[in-house]
Amino acid sequence: MTKTSSSRRSADDRLFRLGTGFFALLVVLLVAGIFYELFNHSRLSIAKFGFHFWRTTTWDPVAGQFGALPFIWGTLYSSFLALLISTPIALGIAIFLSELAPRALRTPLAFLTELLAAIPSIVYGLWGIFVLVPMVRQLEVHTPGWLKKIPLFSGPPLGVGMLSAGLILAVMVIPFTSSVAREVLRAVPSTQREAAYALGATRWEAIQAALRFGRTGIMGAIILGLGRAIGETMAVTMVIGNNPKISVSLYAAQHTMAAAIANEFTEADTDLYLSALIEIGLVLFVITLIVNALSRLLIWSVSREITAKARKPTVAETLPEPAA
Amino acid sequence: MRGASRRRVLSNLIVGLCGLAVVLALIPLTLIFIYVIKQGFSSLNWDFFTKMPKPVGEPGGGMANAMLGTLFLIGLASVVAIPVGMIAGVYLSEYRGSRFASLVRFTADVLNGVPSIVIGIFAYGLAVLPVHRFSALAGGLALAFMMIPIITRTTEELLNLVPSTLREGALALGATRARAAFGVMVPAALPGIMTGILVALARIAGETAPLLFTSFNNRFFTTRLDQPIASLTVQVYTYAISPYDDWHRQAWAGALVLVSFVFVFSVLARIVTRRLERMHRV
Repeated sequence: MTKTSSSRRSADDRLFRLGTGFFALLVVLLVAGIFYELFNHSRLSIAKFGFHFWRTTTWDPVAGQFGALPFIWGTLYSSFLALLISTPIALGIAIFLSELAPRALRTPLAFLTELLAAIPSIVYGLWGIFVLVPMVRQLEVHTPGWLKKIPLFSGPPLGVGMLSAGLILAVMVIPFTSSVAREVLRAVPSTQREAAYALGATRWEAIQAALRFGRTGIMGAIILGLGRAIGETMAVTMVIGNNPKISVSLYAAQHTMAAAIANEFTEADTDLYLSALIEIGLVLFVITLIVNALSRLLIWSVSREITAKARKPTVAETLPEPAA
Repeated sequence: MRGASRRRVLSNLIVGLCGLAVVLALIPLTLIFIYVIKQGFSSLNWDFFTKMPKPVGEPGGGMANAMLGTLFLIGLASVVAIPVGMIAGVYLSEYRGSRFASLVRFTADVLNGVPSIVIGIFAYGLAVLPVHRFSALAGGLALAFMMIPIITRTTEELLNLVPSTLREGALALGATRARAAFGVMVPAALPGIMTGILVALARIAGETAPLLFTSFNNRFFTTRLDQPIASLTVQVYTYAISPYDDWHRQAWAGALVLVSFVFVFSVLARIVTRRLERMHRV
């Protein structure tokens, strides 16, 4: 090969690297662009209210009063509720599918549970309005009187409210947590379980050993679910009641950050109103960014740790030692 | 001895609870499918696919414009997202060891978890606010931004499945890296990549939140990029929260169409992936 053609080739290769790298850069620019755009359009609200925005509870667009605390409260409350319900179920599914189920059942069951993630959230919402909410209302109507004295269960039986939102979110979050947790458990070297069995462990004790080995990744799976719950919009807005009032009651109609944006964005008739909604979006963006980054780092650290520990020997290492 | 039997009982109890967890998750899945199929099928008719929506209060009509609108929007999103996502994926696979590739990979995963409503605000600021008009373009962009990270990561993962000996062979024959990547590696991974794209399309077709204030809604069908356009999801939402029984009926029919769409693509993807896995094992 002549010198000129090889240098042209290396120039071609550099062009290829730059060209494809540019498209990869677009992915990063997209995230930066979202931040810039949201920040830019929420300036008006940030300048006018400052931190006051996040500390006050009055949301009255007509009077020009914007306090976003009820939305933060509703988002945190509903996500917490969702995790409380979904985490044990999702981990149970992950354990069952990776450790216990007969081999023939694993793939179809995994497919079915992951199908939950494929259902569009508008369908969850529709089902929520017409099926789940009436069921929850029945439950609320038949709550015994002594229980209704507790603030957690107080209030009129509307059906729509925090309980319905928490339930539907839990169902939506389960497939995300369970599929990542299952992958983490599958990546745990089987020597961990075999060692436990060799020491006389029961099945559950061997599973505990595997869980302990993969605990960072399991944590990552739960946090991934949290990120989904915080950002979920349509299903929640259709069943939570959309009422910006802080309440500890599971039966009370409340609101979330994402639901507020979905509901009021097209109704925002003043620049300040729009800006206030975009500021809610900005904070939602930053929160989910942090939560997702954290979950990715946890999940990746496990897979890296495991691949480092259970590294396959290279071809050179498997070759027999040359006879002396 | 008593300690041992208690341990065994506890173990069996937990094993049982794990099985119960699977059943608990399948209950809502079954209920959703039953209701969507039952309510949807009884409301689905020829008009639903061929007629435009009727004005408020008048029964009948269909979602023809909304279905075309959804197809139009995902087509628009694909035009932007498929090239960007695939080329970014090629970079991630070709230069997988580089620091920049790790950064992009990480960003793509994080972007994938950003709430779709936030993406909607971004598209609103980009394409609606400057011209003060909801448009198909804004909706298509919002959907494209959601597709890009999915396609990027799918392309990368499927390219990584192709044995690197193929690339080395091409390079040894004197091909440039671009030639080796686009002429050898991508075609080898193409069936898988196409499946990944189909799954992404099915997911995107079910999105509502980013369309609420970008493509908005429209009682008619238009192919103009600068006009609002109807979509199946926004239409289902509008009808679901309305007080009219006839609209509720149509919302269920719309949900059935959406769910069948997603279901067919998921099963299709599963079959293709299975076949690919078997191929690569040989």
